[in-house]
Amino acid sequence: MYSDMADEKSKSSIKEQINANLKRVYEEALQEEVPDRFKDLLAQLKAKESGK
Amino acid sequence: MKTPSKTAPETEIRDPRDELPEHLGALRAFALSLTRNGASADDLVQDTIVKAWSNIDKFEKGTNLRAWLFTILRNTFYSDRRKRKREVADPDGVHAASLFEKPAHDGRLAMSDFVRAFDQLSPEHREVLTLVGASGFSYEEAAGMMSVAVGTVKSRANRARARLAEMLELEEGEDIMSDSDGNSMAVMGRSGVAAA
Repeated sequence: MYSDMADEKSKSSIKEQINANLKRVYEEALQEEVPDRFKDLLAQLKAKESGK
Repeated sequence: MKTPSKTAPETEIRDPRDELPEHLGALRAFALSLTRNGASADDLVQDTIVKAWSNIDKFEKGTNLRAWLFTILRNTFYSDRRKRKREVADPDGVHAASLFEKPAHDGRLAMSDFVRAFDQLSPEHREVLTLVGASGFSYEEAAGMMSVAVGTVKSRANRARARLAEMLELEEGEDIMSDSDGNSMAVMGRSGVAAA
């Protein structure tokens, strides 16, 4: 049987481990190159705006 | 060029639309966490950009642009999803988790196992964990973006973590960091002090 404190301790370390992994998954996604289509789209939107 | 004696105010009257390029990477990472699919994520980011551009007058200057963009993105995601709703409603990922094949247990969990488990979560759970666990938003900011109470964000995040821990069979004393070099031992050694 765990005491409440051991239980809390366990929860907080699991939380830290999960957060560390979440950050890695997110960072990996951030490392990916942003597709050109988005920059093209922004340029198009901007051109349309100034053509008004 | 001379350095100005006083630093210029960063928030001069800058059109927020000119700042959009700086958020594309984060938008795409958030979209990936919701869709778990590159093509769908790109479509979602595209829709978000168009909506943000045409509704830019609704953005309150001086507030967090990234949070505003993330809100548009997640609202678009859920409304698209509702439109083509044929899938089993499973917000807590109960069904998905029951299909999950537990990782082979040797005490060290590979990143690929974590990603596999993360994929099994419901989008709602992936969303809350991405917002508060990975992208560094506060519970309050996440609550604003998700249009729910702060308490709901906390309990949803806790349930999502519990679901992951359950799928990955995480228990105290196990270290899932595959490149363990003592750092995570230090984390555990700090006991519950940092619990917040």
